Amino acid sequence: MDKKLKIGWYSFSCCEDSTIIFTEMLNEHYLEWKKVLDIRSALILQRRDHHDEMDVAFVEGAITSEEQEKKLKDIRVRAKKIVAIGACATIGMPSGQRNLFDEEKQKEIAPILTRFKYAPSVKKLSDIVTVDSVVPGCPMDENIFLQVLTKYLKEFGIIIS
Amino acid sequence: MHTFDLTLDDISKIEGKASLSVKIKDDTIEEIQFKITEYKRFYTQAIRGKDIAAIPQLCARVCGTCSNAHLLCAIKAIENGLGITPSSQTQKLRELLNFGLNIRDHALHLYVFVLPDLLGIDSILDLDENKPEERELLEDTFSVKSAGNTLSKVIGGRSVHAPFPTIGGFLIVPKQELFEGLIKELQEVRPAVLRLIERFSNYSFLLAQSIQFVSLIDSDYSFLKGEIITSDGKVIKETNVKKYLEHVVIPYSHASGYTFAGKTYFVGALSRINLAKKYLHKNTIKDAGSILDRFPSENAYDNNLAQAIEILHCIDKSIDILENLKVEKEPPIPIVRKECVGVGVIEAPRGMLFYRLEMDNVGKIINADLVVPTGQNQIGIEKTLYAYISANIQKDQHELSHDIEKIIRAYDPCMSCASHFLKVKWERLSAKRINNTGNIFN
Repeated sequence: MDKKLKIGWYSFSCCEDSTIIFTEMLNEHYLEWKKVLDIRSALILQRRDHHDEMDVAFVEGAITSEEQEKKLKDIRVRAKKIVAIGACATIGMPSGQRNLFDEEKQKEIAPILTRFKYAPSVKKLSDIVTVDSVVPGCPMDENIFLQVLTKYLKEFGIIIS
Repeated sequence: MHTFDLTLDDISKIEGKASLSVKIKDDTIEEIQFKITEYKRFYTQAIRGKDIAAIPQLCARVCGTCSNAHLLCAIKAIENGLGITPSSQTQKLRELLNFGLNIRDHALHLYVFVLPDLLGIDSILDLDENKPEERELLEDTFSVKSAGNTLSKVIGGRSVHAPFPTIGGFLIVPKQELFEGLIKELQEVRPAVLRLIERFSNYSFLLAQSIQFVSLIDSDYSFLKGEIITSDGKVIKETNVKKYLEHVVIPYSHASGYTFAGKTYFVGALSRINLAKKYLHKNTIKDAGSILDRFPSENAYDNNLAQAIEILHCIDKSIDILENLKVEKEPPIPIVRKECVGVGVIEAPRGMLFYRLEMDNVGKIINADLVVPTGQNQIGIEKTLYAYISANIQKDQHELSHDIEKIIRAYDPCMSCASHFLKVKWERLSAKRINNTGNIFN
C-alpha cells in the first residue's frame, strides 16, 4: 500500500465552523484525499480513534479547561506537526470572550466555571504547546488550508511536486 | 439478571461533544445521564453591551453547523424590535440562504453521520469507489452536500457565517448570472435525493413514544415565518411563545433542557413534516408519494426520513425562487436605534430557534435570551434512551451501545448550539424535580 499522511482532526472549544468547512472541502477532494490521507482520528467522520502517533494533527478551538489542556499536550506528544485551525485555535477568540468580561459578568459565570472545572482563562493553542503551522480565519481560510496540507504532503514524502 | 455500567464518551458522528452513562442493576436502569460535555462560551453574556450591528455575525459563531440560522434569527429579532420590514427580495434571498443551509446540513447528517449505521460501516469514506454501487453512494453524498453549499455561497457569500446578509437586507446582493448554473446543480442532485428518501423509507428502527411536536409553520413551508403550531392543537404567535418554554436544569450537563407547556416535546424535521406535510412543495409531494403517508409519525427515528424529504422540498422551493427572481441592487434599510424588545423565531435545521433581545435607545443589547433546538430535545433524547434501554437490556452490550448511538444521531443533536450560553438563575430553577434515576419528570 502506498504511504499515506497520518492525520488527526481534533476540536476543542469553538463553533466547529472549520470542521464544517473541512467536510465541505471533501465534496471536491474526497477521492484525492482518500488516496493520500490515513485519518487516525476525526470524530466528525468516524468512531475509530487510533490514539497513536501521527504526522500532522489539525486542531480547532480554544482551550478552556485543564482537561482540554491535557488532551492537547497528549496530541502534541503523538503528532510530529500541529496545525492550529481557525480563529479560536490561533488567537483564542471568539471562544475566549469570557477573558474580557467585567466583574458583573465574571460573577454570573463563576458557578459554572467551578462546577465543571473550567480553567481561570481561555487560551489559544500556542499558549500551551508549540504550533507548527496556522490556518487563520473564522471559519478557516480554505486556500491556506490547502497550502498547508500540500506542504506537509510534500514534506512527508507522500506526493512529489 | 443483567448488571453492568455502560459509558459512551465523545460519541462520534454528531455535532460537538456528548457522552452517555447508564447504570443497570438486576435488569433495572438505576441511572441514565445524557451529558452535553461541550464547554460553554457564554454568548448570552458576551453579546450584552454590544451594538446591534455586531450581533448577527457574532451570534453566527454560536454554531458553525447552523451558523446561518443563528444569523437569520438574530436579524429577525432585531428587525422585529425596531419595526423594520424587509423587502420582498430580501425575504426571498433569506429563504434561499436557509434552504441552502438545510440541504447541506441535513445531507451532512444523513450521509456522513447516519448512513454508515445503515450500511454497517464506520465511515462514509470506507466505501469503495471501485464498486459501482458504493461509488454511486459516495457521489450522492458529496454532490448533494455540494449543491446546498453552493446555494449558500452564491446567496450569502459563504456557506458558514455568510457575510452578505445584514439587518435590513443584504450588504451585497447575489449575482444573477450565477443562478442558471445553480438551478442546474440543484436539478441534477434530485435523483440522488430521491434515492436517499427511498433508502430511509425502507429502513425501520422503531422508537415508539407519545410525544408533543412543536414547530413554526407557514403555508409556504419557508422555515422563516408563520406561527408556532403544536401537535395538541395550539396556535401561538412568536411573541407569545416564551411563556410556554420552561427552562429545566440538568445538573450533569453543560446545556439546559426545556419543556413546552410543561411537557416533553420534539422539535426538528419530524415535527415540521408531522405538522405541515401538506405545505411541502408540490413536486416534493408528488415524488415522495405514498412515503408521506407514514406521517404524522411518533417514531423519532423517522426524523431521518423527514430530513431527507425536506432536502427535496428545499431543492424544489429554491429552483422555483431562482427561476423567477430578478435581483435588483437594493441597499439595506437604515437602522434607527431605539429602546425595544425584539423576538425572532425561525426553524433552524434541527428545529425551533428562539431569540429575544432587549435593546436600549443607543442600540446596545441589555439582555439576551436564546433557546436552541438541541436544548429543547435534550429531555426527549434521555427519555427515549431510557425507554429503549429498559426494553432491550437483554441485548449484548456492544449491540446496545451501537443502538444508543443510532438513537442519539436520529435526533441530530448539535452540542455547539446547546452549550453556547448560561442561564444566570440556574440555582433557583434547579428546584425542578429530578428523581433518583437522573430522569426529569414533568
